Amino acid sequence: MRIFDPHIHMTSRTTDDYQRMAEAGVRAVVEPAFWLGQPRTNPGSFTDYFDSLIGWEPFRASQFGIRHHATIALNPKEANDPRCRPVLDLLPRYLAKDGVVAVGEIGYDSMTPAEDEVFAAQLALALDHELPALVHTPHRDKARGTRRSIDVVQESGIDPGRVLLDHLNEVTVAAALEAGLWAGFSIYPDTKMSPDRMVAILREYGVERVLVNSAADWGKSDPLLTVRTAEAMLAGGFDKDDVDRVLWRNPVEFYGQSGRLDLTDLAETGATFAGNSILRGGS
Amino acid sequence: MTTLDELRTFLKVDDFQPADVPALFPAAVRRYGREPLTEGWATDEAARALMLAAVPPAEIHEIYRYGDTAEKLAVLKALPLLPIGDSAVPLLEDALRTNDTRLVAAALGPYADRLSQEAWRQAVLKCVFMGVPLSSVHRLHERADSELGAMLRAFAHERHAAGRDMPPDATALLDRLQED
Repeated sequence: MRIFDPHIHMTSRTTDDYQRMAEAGVRAVVEPAFWLGQPRTNPGSFTDYFDSLIGWEPFRASQFGIRHHATIALNPKEANDPRCRPVLDLLPRYLAKDGVVAVGEIGYDSMTPAEDEVFAAQLALALDHELPALVHTPHRDKARGTRRSIDVVQESGIDPGRVLLDHLNEVTVAAALEAGLWAGFSIYPDTKMSPDRMVAILREYGVERVLVNSAADWGKSDPLLTVRTAEAMLAGGFDKDDVDRVLWRNPVEFYGQSGRLDLTDLAETGATFAGNSILRGGS
Repeated sequence: MTTLDELRTFLKVDDFQPADVPALFPAAVRRYGREPLTEGWATDEAARALMLAAVPPAEIHEIYRYGDTAEKLAVLKALPLLPIGDSAVPLLEDALRTNDTRLVAAALGPYADRLSQEAWRQAVLKCVFMGVPLSSVHRLHERADSELGAMLRAFAHERHAAGRDMPPDATALLDRLQED
């Protein structure tokens, strides 16, 4: 089984996680830029973070035979802090990079006027840089936030097939798929979505334009819930091709629209990592 | 050593315009590919070296600062070909502060001749520590001195006490220094 986790915050995870992910079949990840537990107060904190997403973190992943790409954006929560707003002007530098496969995470947190402005500005950046967009849906007031996000996407002029609406659930999935967007689901230990609920959604809505991720970060989360969902799909009557579609081919197709997804030599990377002298680094 | 003129001839490009470089530099792989070109140079690396030759030294720092790993590696590789004197030594120092084995190795090419002997010894020892092959180090045998030998000997002693091996290339260097 090959797994592509299309949304995981590896910066917050340990090398033990990389090891377990590699052993379980995770061979590619996309790490979206988002907020950290501690709010940032200046643009420099963001650039160092973005540098890590296109520098250090792909290097860490490569030690375990995992290919790492990133999405870059000013997230909606910190878009509300005027001290962080200059980050918008720095984004074009990063959106030009080979390892950046989408603009994201953008969208809403509290649905403020500042968030409206920054969301629209970054959809325009996605158009300028010919990149797909990863849109986070808010945890509070999610149904309204989802509808409003779809409206903003439609007003922006971006092709809905180049937009992934993430953290969906039973209540919000239909609107996303009907609008022609990709539907993302974050499988969490207790909250957003569980493997069994995910299987029920796949039964109802099918496997087309659906992405499953662990969204593992610094909170209570589990980077192997993609794998657990694949297992739940098999136990629930889906076949191996369906699993490969949802957990590999769909993310490849979505992020492949950037023209920058590089999955070459992955098997070779995986085969050599155990004997790679790089693993002695920091010994 | 390869020269900028050779790279220009092999890559078959005209001189880059400084104003085009900020947009072209990160996109070099997409534009010029990553194919072998000449003597250890790939097409994207050659294109990037020629772009750096078109801009003032201050901009080289800026490109390095905002570069992804491949861009930083391309800058480090191009440094010895560029007419910039010692101005880019801080970039080597930056690369040597990282824990990315590729950046550390790339910082020890011919431009590292401009690195102070103290910094250079620390860098060589860091290679041994990280498992970077010492074949990456330009003029290793000419530059290795008794002080580096003392540092390697102390490191070998620590490894031995811990029941751990020294990389064979480090042991060979130490043997050679002790013979001198």
